[in-house]
Formats: sequence, structure tokens, C-alpha cells
Amino acid sequence: MIGSIPVRSAVISLLSSAALWMPGKGPQATPSTLAPTSTPAYEIHALSLFVLSIAAGIFLSVAGLLTYAIIKYRARRTDHLSEPAQIYGSTQIELAWTVIPVLIVIVLFLTTARLIFAIQDAPEPESALDVTVIGHQFWWEFRYPKLGIVTANELHVPLSSEQEPLPTYLTLLAADVDHSFWVPQLAGKTDLIPNHPNATWINPLQPGLYVGQCAQFCGAQHALMLLRVYVDNPDEFSAWVKNQQQPAVEDPRVAGGRHLFETQACMSCHTIRGTAATGRFGPDLTHLMSRQTLASGVTNNNAENLRQWIEDPGSLKSGCLMPAMQLSDQQLDQVTEYLSTLR
Amino acid sequence: MGENSLQLPGSIGLTRPRPFTETFPEWLHEWVVTVDHKRLGILYVLYAIFFLLVAGAEAIAIRIQLALPGSHFLTPQVYNRFFTMHGTTMVFLVGMPILFGFGNYIVPLQIGARDMAYPRLNAFSFWLTAFGGLFLYYSFLGGGGLYGVGSAPDVGWFAYAPLTARAFSPGHATDYWALALIASGFGTLGTAINIIATVVSMRCKGMTMMRVPLFSWLMLVVSGLTLVTITPLTAAQIMLVIDRYLGGHFFDTQAGGSAVVWMHFFWIFGHPEVYVLVLPAFAIANEVIPVFSRKAIFGYPAMVAASVGIAFVSLSVWAHHMFTVGMTSVSNTFFVLSTMLVGIPTGIKIFNWLATIWGGKIRFATPMLFLIAFLYQFLIAGLTGIMLAVAPWNWQLHNSYFVIAHFHYVLVGAIIFCIFGGIYYWYPKATGRMLDEKLGKWHFWLFLIGFHVTFDTMHFLGILGMPRSIYTYQPDRGWNTLNLVVSSGGMIQAIAVLLFAFNLIWSYRHGPEAGNDPWDAWTLEWDTTSPPPPYNFAEDPVVRSRRPLWDLKHPEDPDWEYES
Repeated sequence: MIGSIPVRSAVISLLSSAALWMPGKGPQATPSTLAPTSTPAYEIHALSLFVLSIAAGIFLSVAGLLTYAIIKYRARRTDHLSEPAQIYGSTQIELAWTVIPVLIVIVLFLTTARLIFAIQDAPEPESALDVTVIGHQFWWEFRYPKLGIVTANELHVPLSSEQEPLPTYLTLLAADVDHSFWVPQLAGKTDLIPNHPNATWINPLQPGLYVGQCAQFCGAQHALMLLRVYVDNPDEFSAWVKNQQQPAVEDPRVAGGRHLFETQACMSCHTIRGTAATGRFGPDLTHLMSRQTLASGVTNNNAENLRQWIEDPGSLKSGCLMPAMQLSDQQLDQVTEYLSTLR
Repeated sequence: MGENSLQLPGSIGLTRPRPFTETFPEWLHEWVVTVDHKRLGILYVLYAIFFLLVAGAEAIAIRIQLALPGSHFLTPQVYNRFFTMHGTTMVFLVGMPILFGFGNYIVPLQIGARDMAYPRLNAFSFWLTAFGGLFLYYSFLGGGGLYGVGSAPDVGWFAYAPLTARAFSPGHATDYWALALIASGFGTLGTAINIIATVVSMRCKGMTMMRVPLFSWLMLVVSGLTLVTITPLTAAQIMLVIDRYLGGHFFDTQAGGSAVVWMHFFWIFGHPEVYVLVLPAFAIANEVIPVFSRKAIFGYPAMVAASVGIAFVSLSVWAHHMFTVGMTSVSNTFFVLSTMLVGIPTGIKIFNWLATIWGGKIRFATPMLFLIAFLYQFLIAGLTGIMLAVAPWNWQLHNSYFVIAHFHYVLVGAIIFCIFGGIYYWYPKATGRMLDEKLGKWHFWLFLIGFHVTFDTMHFLGILGMPRSIYTYQPDRGWNTLNLVVSSGGMIQAIAVLLFAFNLIWSYRHGPEAGNDPWDAWTLEWDTTSPPPPYNFAEDPVVRSRRPLWDLKHPEDPDWEYES
């Protein structure tokens, strides 16, 4: 391990200069791994550029030699008259070109190993927020155990900073089949596997909405198991927390809709805190209207789309597990009006 | 190629009796009951080409669906079946059969044997593999059980538990998948045993292990590797069937089973499987590159050692498919190291091919064109493989289109290119006719362009965050143009493959006569007639070096004076 110490210091300087490559554009519509805005993603990006430059160097030298050989040693018109000199091998040359890949592998391995330990074994600071993420076919459940919040599909986390680190530590569980949590601008992905709790963490340094999606095939609607992470400024985040901690809004004008919700099958899958609905199979709807999208990011959350979703979920997300409840037009209107009050 | 008249004593005066009065049922009967390694080899290759067209059509449907965001060309359910069947077919019904077909046809000829060691086992293995394929595709009719049709497997080609449990995959589609792979797996095991026995015990006089041509050497290595890797797959499939039918709980997470155990079982098969597929491609390269560079392979012992080394190391890398499943940092680090170690023997191989070309007189016939493209593409595939081995970067790239691009660079850019090269190279031996060179060049250039348009572009989609296995994507993600480019490249490849299929059929009747040795090559298969007679050689050949035909053609400068 003679080479390890200079390599390590090289990596440390490399990683600490990661911020230099930071594009600084904040959240993007394209969930690009090239635009990290959070601390495991920065370091991964820096390491990736280092590895990419080594790979590019290897490619250019080998492909260059290959191209030179192919052009230089092409058969000329008179070449069929004789065969070229036959060379069967050379131990010295072969030893030489075995040593070069060995050295490259040592460098790549040590840089990689260092970052694996740095990310995976990072101790959780006191200030960290804990969130439990539960993957379902085909939506995300988010539970904040210390804050008493349960929500779905749109994860809110506080903005962190170099001065006051406020990372979010995620415990990853799955209710049915395997899923994978991937928001490329924030961190690499980690799988959610039933009976196999996992963990990951993010330390987002720029506010905004980050998109991602499930990255492990999980069935019919794997493609529309979209993921939205809102990195909120501290004020916004505490306002959001305060609202989520309230019980559901009670509005006597929509009592008919509420009654329908509590007497139809809706209640066996969904929870609305403070009502008879305590199902756990579908998303918690206590603060449904605080979310911007429906059906895990498929469409905007407004009364019109909500009504269509309740009437026939398959029309927006074919193969999703919520059944069409065969409600009458009047019942649909009532339930939609009731749900629309759940801010 | 004026030196065709030189022949080994073994093949002198041998003519092939042709029954001209055969009726169609007689002809068909002969092919069905045949135990001739050459006919079985051809059956394997034709079977694989048929499924190549089927799985290619599935890929085209997939790419039409993904050409535009929010497309409704395929429903999600049909899309999921298609990508599952595309992957399963290409690996188990195209890759394995075609490479074992090459092995079947060429190994006995190259080592101067009259047939495989166990001709009947050989026929049994082929028909078992063929049955597995038909059984898998029957699921399109029977997968829904009595109450429905049109339900092929839709769980992805690596079929992660517990999605395959009855609770999440009702009906019989997943059962067809598991049972078909068990059946074809046993066929593959039979062929692997056969090739090992053949290479070990059927070599002609004078052919020591260090004189076995590299193609046959690598098929021996592949067969040994196959024995080790198919076994865990078959075990896992049996466990899955027990789970689904007998109430087992191996992978049933609802009852305390483990999804991760399936992953380990699958990938300890799945990663060596990549080498099971790519080593025969290297084997083809080891024959074609020297012949068309007019030089002996550089570093024969190193090539043998590197192949054996790759096979061994490949058994310890499987969990690099599992960097995101939450292994400990120590386990992840171990698999980073073992994976990167594969790069060393692989690098040796690339350098040796380069040194073989160096100082040669390269002839750019169609087989060599495919092999030259292979060298560049395999280099890139290896480098993207190293990138994926960097576990933290893998956390980003895993299950993204970057991975799709990487393994298609291996499976298409390296393996399919070598297979095409190999078919252009050995088709004259198998049929007595050359494939048309002009069509061959069209095939090559179109396929090359289509390949790069498709798979180069996919790398960028992965870096931009597009996951695999999705039937559609959001229009605002910035992936639209790149997907359209990928899809158009797919169409170009499809045209090239159709040209190739046409060439195969047309040249069978209209291609120029090949003669025994159209490429002026050096191994024993070129010493007999094209196509070779039953039992290959009238008298057993005797060899003194790795290139017996070189020795015959250059008595003044034979190889055996230099080989140690």
C-alpha cells in the first residue's frame, strides 16, 4: 500500500474541490447526474469525472494505436505474393502491458473504496431529519416519525448548508415488491426491498423541486412511479410541517362527500386523520390538496383531474391498483368537493 | 489463394455422396434424427437466427413506443412483456444457442475429430434447448391460463423476487419463464459436457493442449464456466417453482423469505453468463484476426491464460449488479476490486490482438470488418464497465440507460459483431458457397451506423437520469430528442439484419463456389471439403503445430520450429 497515501491525499483534494464543478443552476427539469446539488451527488460527480478522464486517456491511446496499425499495415496490391514476418509473442512486452492495467486498477480501486466508506458509513449528525420512505406499487409513502407526519409522493426536506448542516436520513422500506429511490441531482439510488431495510442520506445545498423516479422495475406502472423532492427554505419547511401536523380540515358544506368517503370502500385503503378512514394500502389523504400532483406525479392536482382520477384511475395510470369505484356523477362531484377541502 | 491444392493426407480422395433422389419427408427426417455435429451446429445457428429476428422485432416495437414521450403504441402491460421477452430471448435463445452452434460445428473439425464425443447427447441437448424456446413463446398463448390469453412473462429478464410471487404475478406466464429456462438450461449443460469431453479426449494425433487452436481452447473454457454457472440458475428456478406451486417461502417476503437471495442466485449465474457469451466471441476473434492479418496470433499462451483467468475472476464479481441493494461498505469494496481485476486479463487480450495486427498485411474482407469494429467497441464496452464498477458512480448509473448502453455494447458491439464476422468466415465451409461480399459490406456499414446511433446515444440518456424498463417518460424531462435518435438507429440496424438474412438465403444458391480454403487459413477445418463430408476426415489428421495448414503451405518455414 505504498501508493495509497499520495492517492488518498489526491482524492481528498479532489473531493474538496468538487464544488468547483458545481454547475450552480439548482434544480432542473432533467434529472441530470451532471448537475448535483447535494452532498453525496457532488462527490460522486467529482469521482466520475476523475474516472472518466482515465477512461478517456486509455481509449485515446489504445484506439489511436489500433487505428495507426490498421492504416499502416493494410494489405497493399503486391502483398498477396508473400506473407508478413510471423511473430509469435514476446514475454517482455506482455509483462509490460500487464503491469500498466494493474497500476490503473490500483489507483481506481483506492479512490473508489475511499468514497464508498465516506458515503456509506457517514455517521448521522444530531441535526439530521429522519424520514421513512416506503415503496408501494406504484407510489411513495413518506413518514416523518419524529414529526408525526405521513404524506405521499412529494417529499419535503429542509435546505442544508455548509455552516448549518441539516441532512435528511432516509430509511427505505418496501410494502410489496422491490423499488429504488433515485433523485439524481441529490444522490445515487438505493433500493427499497421488502424484509430488507435500507438507508441513504442527502444533504441538499440548493432549494427547489427535484424530480426522480423509481429505478427498479416493479410492475405495470413502474414508469409512472414518479418522485418529487422539495428542498424548502427553513421558513417554508417549518410552515409545511405545521400544516401537515394539523388534523384534516372539517368543512360542514362537504359533509355529504365525507359521508360517502367513510361509507364506500375508499376508507379501507386511505387514511384521513380524524375520520373513520384509516386504510394504509393507498396514500394518506389528510392533506391531499397540499400536494401539487396526483397519482405520484402523473398529473396536476386540481378538481378536474381529481374527479377523473376517482372516476377511472386507469385512464390516467393504466394498471394502477386503485379500482374505479363505479360512483354516480353526483357521488363523484361530492367526493371530489370533499377531497378538495383537504388542504 | 493458389495454395489450395495442398492437403493433409487425411482428406485426399474423399468425395461426398449426395443423395439426389431424396423426398422432402426423407430430408426432414434426416435433419430431425441427425446426430452429426455439423448438422446440429447448423440447426443451433438457424434456431438462434430465427429468435434473433423475433427478439429484434420486439426491440423495434419497444423503440417505436419510446420514440415519443407519452406514446400509446403499446400498453404498459404489453411493453413489459416485450422487454422481458426481448432480454430472455436474446440471452437464452439467441446468444447461448448460436455460440454453442459455432462450437458444435467447428470444434470437432478444428481438432481433427470425426464428431463430438457424445453425438446422441448432442442431439438431445439441442432438442431440449429448442423445446425450451418454444415453451417460452407458447406463454403468449397459454400464459393467461384457461381464462385469458396474451400473457407472456412481464417480470423483467432478471425477474427479481418478490414480483415473481403468485401474489404479484398471477396466471402462468412466470411459470412458463421458469420452466423454459430450466429445460433449456439442461440442454446447455449437456452441450457443455460434450464440448469438454470432445476437446479433452478427441484431439487428433499430435494435437497437445498447447496446440489446440484458440477457438477450441476458449470453447473448452466456456463450457467449464457454463457447468458452474447454469447450476445456480436452475436451482433458483426450481426454488421459484416450489414457491409458486408448493407454498415454499424462499423468496416470499410476505412470509419471511428473502428477495436478496434471489438476486445473489441470479447474478452468480448472470455475470459469468456474460463471459459465457463473450468468450466465444473472443474465440471467433482469435481465428479471424490472425487469418486476415496474415500473422500468427500474438502470445498464444498468454491468450489461453487470460481466458482461463477471466473465467475464474468472473465467478467472483456477481454482486457488482447489486451495489444499490444495501450491501455493507466492505462487501461493496470487495466487489469493486474483483470487478476491476477482470480488466487486467481483458486488457491483455486487447493488446495481443493489437500486436497480432501490428506488422501484418490486413485484408479487409467482410469478416475482418466486423472484427475491427469489434476491437473498438469492445474497448469502449470494457471502459464503461470499469466506470460501472466504481460503486458510487454505479449508484447513479445502475438501472439507467447507461447500463443498457453498456451491456448492449458488450452483447451487440462485441458479441453480435463477432458472430456476424464468424458467420461470414465459416459460411463457405458450412455451405460450400461464399456469402455475397457486396451485400456483406452493406450489412456491415449499415449495422455499424445503426449500432452507434442507437447505443452511443443511450449512454447520455442514462447520465441524464432515464431509468430502464419504463414504457414511457414525461415530455418535460429533456429526453425526447435523444430517444428519437435511439429509435431511428434501431430501424437502421433492423434493415441491416434483414439484408444479412437475405444474404444468407440468396448466397446459398447464388454465391460463388468457396472451395476448401477460401481465406487461405491455417486450421484443420479448412483442410476438408466445403461442406465437409459426414465424419469430416477419411483418415485422422496428424499435426505438429498450432497451424497445421501453415506448415503444409510453408514447408520451408513451419511453425513447429518456433513453438515451444
